[in-house]
Amino acid sequence: MLDGKVPGGPIESKWNRHIGEMSLVNPANRRKYNVIVVGTGLAGASAAATLGEQGYNVKAFTILDSPRRSHSIAAQGGINAAKNYKNDGDSVHRLFYDTIKGGDYRAREGNVHRLAEVSVNIIDQCVAQGVPFAREYGGLLDTRSFGGAQVARTFYARGQTGQQLLIGAYQSLMRQVDAGSVELHARQEMLDLVLVGGRARGIITRNLVTGELERHMADAVLLCTGGYGNVYYLSTNAGNTNVSAAWRCARRGAYFANPSFAQVHPTCIPETGDYQAKLTLMSESLRNDGRVWVPKKAGDERSPDQIPDAERDYYLERRYPSFGNLVPRDVASRNAKFVCDEGRGVGATGRAVYLDFRDAITRLGQETVAEKYGNLFDMYHHISNEDPYSVPMKIYPAVHYTMGGLWVDYHLQSNIEGLFVLGEANFSDHGANRLGASALMQGLADGYFVVPYTLANYLANTQLGDLSTDAEEFKSAEDVTEKRIRTLLSVDGNKTVQDFHRELGRTMWENVGMARNREGLTQALKDVQGLREEYHQNVKVVGRADNFNKALEFGLRVADYMEFAEVSVRDALAREESCGCHFREEYQTKDGECLRNDEEFSHVSAWEFTGADKEPVMHKEDLTFDFAEVKQRSYK
Amino acid sequence: MSENQSYTIRVWRQDDAQAAGKFVDYDVKDVSPDASFLEMLDLVNEDLTRDGGEPIAFDYDCREGICGSCGCVIDGVAHGPLPGTTTCQLYMRNFPPGATITVEPWRASAFPVIKDLVVDRSSMDRIIMAGGYISVSAGSAPDANNIPVPKPEADLAFEAAECIGCGACVAACKNASASLFTGAKIEHLARLPQGQAERARRAQRMVETAEAEGFGACSNEGECEAVCPKEIPTRVIQRMNRDYIRAYLKMI
Repeated sequence: MLDGKVPGGPIESKWNRHIGEMSLVNPANRRKYNVIVVGTGLAGASAAATLGEQGYNVKAFTILDSPRRSHSIAAQGGINAAKNYKNDGDSVHRLFYDTIKGGDYRAREGNVHRLAEVSVNIIDQCVAQGVPFAREYGGLLDTRSFGGAQVARTFYARGQTGQQLLIGAYQSLMRQVDAGSVELHARQEMLDLVLVGGRARGIITRNLVTGELERHMADAVLLCTGGYGNVYYLSTNAGNTNVSAAWRCARRGAYFANPSFAQVHPTCIPETGDYQAKLTLMSESLRNDGRVWVPKKAGDERSPDQIPDAERDYYLERRYPSFGNLVPRDVASRNAKFVCDEGRGVGATGRAVYLDFRDAITRLGQETVAEKYGNLFDMYHHISNEDPYSVPMKIYPAVHYTMGGLWVDYHLQSNIEGLFVLGEANFSDHGANRLGASALMQGLADGYFVVPYTLANYLANTQLGDLSTDAEEFKSAEDVTEKRIRTLLSVDGNKTVQDFHRELGRTMWENVGMARNREGLTQALKDVQGLREEYHQNVKVVGRADNFNKALEFGLRVADYMEFAEVSVRDALAREESCGCHFREEYQTKDGECLRNDEEFSHVSAWEFTGADKEPVMHKEDLTFDFAEVKQRSYK
Repeated sequence: MSENQSYTIRVWRQDDAQAAGKFVDYDVKDVSPDASFLEMLDLVNEDLTRDGGEPIAFDYDCREGICGSCGCVIDGVAHGPLPGTTTCQLYMRNFPPGATITVEPWRASAFPVIKDLVVDRSSMDRIIMAGGYISVSAGSAPDANNIPVPKPEADLAFEAAECIGCGACVAACKNASASLFTGAKIEHLARLPQGQAERARRAQRMVETAEAEGFGACSNEGECEAVCPKEIPTRVIQRMNRDYIRAYLKMI
């Protein structure tokens, strides 16, 4: 049984009291500590900047050409904080409770409460950095309600909140690079974790320009490398987003928690063809004013303006009268799938529903609608070639965010000492479903306000011996990596990396997507194993190891997806209940809602890798709810 | 949905910074008008891979016009024919069927070519390093609403802060000037009360760093604004020049 090491006492005071209990590193000693931060999105950039400010020696790594490009940048809607500036009844407790409930009671209480507490500090920090949040005419900050919340706690910067927050964190990071406390390594990919004496002490990276393998040593490694959404091939994630750094840690013994939890976002631009490289998200803030509907009759091919109101099914408003179009993401996505399965989907493929602004435009006027959503409407118009001011948008769910990730305790430390995991890469705060505008909050909470404390505690209490990158552990990790690269380049088969990735994605989407069942998952397990075997015999990765080679980068990543996918399928099979995003068709209420089984499944499943051809071992962390009342989630 | 089309693309191929580059033509057949420009390049690369050739290297990440990774000069124009658009947001329907499309990397001495269409833009990071920030360490901020900002000012700051750092402004400029990029950051922070304390030093250091990195001076052609995917206005360059001069005269 895993121990999350949540400190005792009343939930409101756990974190504050614990801060006082943790050990500190003397400011004069901090520069003696080397810290590696892998990934420079919100979690990584904020952690690297803050640790640099505090005087540690930091090395920050990104696979992209600049930290400013990390995929946090694409978050549109906003960031939650329990500021209660709107005087509408928000509080730290309410944000905590909403997050626990929204996650369908599969997150750890202590972590979530801490997240809600520090949310207010994040907004202060970002405003001080110059993040241009939306403001009211009085000059104070504006907020809106977002993603199923009944209070307006979401701070935003038009539809570009992620961009503005990331640029804020990036600028703080570059300030530390200038100050010499952070050494920036762009276009470097982590390909292995180096353990010495069971502790994380370094990484092996590949310089993506020259192909050189490098050894980097540290006293602790912070993994901030995002989620695994691209295991589905098509997702709203950026092309370079990948699971490899996390999976390499898993292969070194870090447990992977809840790897089947993947959030499917309800409002994305539908798929159009095989050539497609990604799906584009339309912010769910659109659901504040857009109404979701499909024709009542299956196979109704009339254009939307020819379908009178009486023949439209505003199915979210009908099924969930109190939340209507603002039901949480998992619920909205599942219902879109159900109506399309009934043959009532629209568009060329029949896999889409309407998101209609007709009534909002009548009520508010086109100008107000444009003020609120202009850039999103333009983006939609651009991609789909249809004008959403006059024709309803067509949307369909797509994989967007992954709640699972490496297992961490309350200190954000994995079961490997010295390996800390932040942001989307860990599993801790969102349970089985993440609420809108909470990802940015978590990434920045972990980086600015949690890890600086818990890392100091680790360093202060750990005797780390002297080490050099000539140590055997570094050499053997580099050898393994070098061999992996050489082997992959030598296969010279008949199918491209993309062929395999597409095939893997299809299997995952069909069987480990919005609805799952034993039969499909059992088949998927076989398919994934077969595909993995075929991959290593028949993939064609062209080019060389010693220069810029995207095919090789992707080849290595897809190989890791193949292994990760298997544990994801096993996790979905093992969890014989429905919760949040994990809808097992065998376990549903009469109304087709998730049926949790708290008796048997109120736990985190954390998987231990035991070898590519061996079954992984599942460890459990029991989840207890001492402060939030456990209920059936209802948005009716 | 209209029919699939064919195109010829003429692409700059260059092995690395030292190698001589050249244009190579590729025929692209049967492309959906709804495919994006980069998806079209993906198709070319898939074909090249199957034939054992080396795929065309190009940078991309989000493919939704916000990360600033992608960017090529397409038919002589940075980010191609549509205004206010990144390369990833171009669709094949934006090109006439059968067209020959020329694709080149950003060309500027401050952006050395890494391979094919991929260039090194770390010089832009170094401009930000030289002061494109407000010095506030985590934990020291006052309550967010203690710093009111009039909405019109906040909106102007936002407009400048939208810059995605793609480098199109540099590629479009005959002097390879990074003035639009540098000015956008200076304007963003100078509009805000939080940004005042470091305003003079910021302008001075950033402008001087841009020059040291090998970017040219601005000669007011306005090409940068014309290609900027976020349509950052050239008024930010006036701000940059004003703040730079005033910093020297110790007026701010």
